[in-house]
Amino acid sequence: MHVTSDQFHEKSAEALKDESLAGALFVLGKMFPLMREAVVAQLPEFDALRDRARDIRNHTLDHLPDYLDAFEQKVNANGGRVHWARTGAEANRIVAKLCAEVDAKQVIKSKSMVTEELELNDHLEAQGLVVTETDLGEYIIQLRKEKPFHIVGPALHLSAGQVSDTFYEAHKEYGRTEKVEDKVKLVEEARIVLRERFKNADVGITGANFLIAETGQIALVTNEGNADLTATLPKRHIVVTGIEKVVPTLDDLGVLLRLLPRSATGQETSNYVSLYTGPRQDGDGDGPASFDVVLVDNGRSEMLASPVKEMLRCIRCGACLNSCPIYGAVGGQAYGSVYSGPMGSVWTPALTSVSQAGDLPNASTFCGKCEEVCPVRIPLPKLMRHWREKEFEQHLSPTTARWGLGVWAWLGRHPSAYRFFVSLSLIGMNAMAPAPTSKKGRWIAKLPFIAAGWTKSRNLAAPSGGSFLSQYKQAQKAAASKNSARSSNAEGENK
Amino acid sequence: MSKKVALFATCIVNTMRPRVGFAALKLLEDAGYDVDVPESQTCCGQPNFNSGDREGTRQLARHFLKTFGCYDYVVVPSGSCGGMVHTHYPDLFEPSEEEHAPLTALASRTYELMSFLTGVAGVKEVSARCNRKVTYHDSCAGLRELKVKQQPRDLLKTVDGLELVEMKEPEVCCGFGGLFCVKYSDISGDMVEKKAEDVVGTGADLVAMGDVGCLLNVEGRLNRRGEKIEAVHVAEILAGMVPDRGEG
Repeated sequence: MHVTSDQFHEKSAEALKDESLAGALFVLGKMFPLMREAVVAQLPEFDALRDRARDIRNHTLDHLPDYLDAFEQKVNANGGRVHWARTGAEANRIVAKLCAEVDAKQVIKSKSMVTEELELNDHLEAQGLVVTETDLGEYIIQLRKEKPFHIVGPALHLSAGQVSDTFYEAHKEYGRTEKVEDKVKLVEEARIVLRERFKNADVGITGANFLIAETGQIALVTNEGNADLTATLPKRHIVVTGIEKVVPTLDDLGVLLRLLPRSATGQETSNYVSLYTGPRQDGDGDGPASFDVVLVDNGRSEMLASPVKEMLRCIRCGACLNSCPIYGAVGGQAYGSVYSGPMGSVWTPALTSVSQAGDLPNASTFCGKCEEVCPVRIPLPKLMRHWREKEFEQHLSPTTARWGLGVWAWLGRHPSAYRFFVSLSLIGMNAMAPAPTSKKGRWIAKLPFIAAGWTKSRNLAAPSGGSFLSQYKQAQKAAASKNSARSSNAEGENK
Repeated sequence: MSKKVALFATCIVNTMRPRVGFAALKLLEDAGYDVDVPESQTCCGQPNFNSGDREGTRQLARHFLKTFGCYDYVVVPSGSCGGMVHTHYPDLFEPSEEEHAPLTALASRTYELMSFLTGVAGVKEVSARCNRKVTYHDSCAGLRELKVKQQPRDLLKTVDGLELVEMKEPEVCCGFGGLFCVKYSDISGDMVEKKAEDVVGTGADLVAMGDVGCLLNVEGRLNRRGEKIEAVHVAEILAGMVPDRGEG
């Protein structure tokens, strides 16, 4: 997976200046959480379901090889095949081979974050295949050669005007010379263009929201219906997904399906929930002639054996993105990764490295809202902190920061030195504060060094009157001398 | 009362807003406790913890244990420093390490000020006056790690003359985040501007919260914008230290 997460600072600064993005983020950050809250409020057992979902996911992860084996056996029994890919490159080779087996020229895809992670489209296109994304958002960003802005809504950052420009340029070759601006008409135009692609495709590639070990089925949760066309129209259906997506039984799936759409889009259920059980059987009206499941590891086994194991519970609902104030300020593009927001800040370093993506887990206030909304109760701040610890251990954090923290830890163990340091800081801040002009206090408008970041957006009220500990000590002394004066007076009177 | 109570003022109160320490002291004494302020108290280690410096954090946790281990209760006028001790200290040491048991026990005896007053001391009302329109911001760590939500509001409602109004999104982070606000100053600036906007929208003339980090952040932004709204720690209001409108 290629990432540009090391440019987080630059890209987030750009994003903050982008006014059309701010508008999209405002809607996203308000609308989805409100819809989620409304639908959660109607389900009193929501939190109990979250506990069950967490337990189901944990149980599965603890017995992952067993459930994957069971899944494979069932897929085979249903007439399908399972392929195991240790790395992204291996997965891409397998998919290309599966396409070549049926002399494929055209491939259609429904939305799959795992294939985005693998950069599968680039690989297939390099083999001469024509690959078309059929989820509307994915189709738009494919035309624009962008990474998904959001794991659920890949093109949520774009305005109708931007989509109109993109379609106008891309669809000229289909004789569509009129520039369409209306949103409904834009969707219609995409449907018309994509319908031809569906009809001519040799291979359909989908992801999977879940794999069911008990039945060998794959579950797809969608709203546009494109995944079902992708899975049924072409002669070959290839499912590409991560090994962590397996659940033991259909009952378990039921629990997760009650949480996923509610958490993702605030829907009680999505428009389509489909289970696919292998290739077309005798008597079936439609369906592909072959059914291949590519199970991708690509770093997941290592995660399973690491302190970020809990991240593998993730069901890709995007609730953590929608509720994150950082994501809400800068959007998905700044993260420079397929996976953005809090979940992306844990996944991305795991799939690449802390040196490439260390900024992401640092760009968090640890406000904890993500953990509060996570349907499978992933402790996202704790996992982000883990990456910060790795960064610190590997000496990747800036030398000045390391030095500063070392000094701080030393001061913290030497109280008199600590108190001396505090008094020096107070002297320093007082020197920087302007002379008192009114009773409204003294405000510092410019601080040096690392603290300059503070005064970029805000002032600092200059403290006055010494530290709390020193003032408290003085007050205690004053009280003690008063007391002793009183008691010596009392003694004097008694004489 | 025979229970030994210590006040852990926190570095930020100690340095930036000593009045909050005195307010906490007054509230605890009014609740009937004799309160110690150990002079050897320093930092809970949160800056190190959130910067990935686990060893530095462990050293500071050991110092905290040395300073506060002998008390029945440790009270902290901060949700984030209180949360650091209460929620995170037990995970810093393996169960096999000698510090684990005493630190875990101390963590369970360490309380954020509002939770202590309402939950342990049984305080239902305060005798304070503050003739102001106040809005309360829920600081994240207190809210989500320690479930501080209703307690400060319940106590604020007993303050004579005080009108409590809610902002639209009191639970949204103000963008402080410790070192985050200087490391990611642009994002933090955007977040605190949104918070300031929400505060201003209430028409309140005072914004209260339970963490001085967030307080300095919100107050600093309000001042930069030229707003008249003041920011205070909720303890300052409850201790009767905030003058009425137009006074002080």
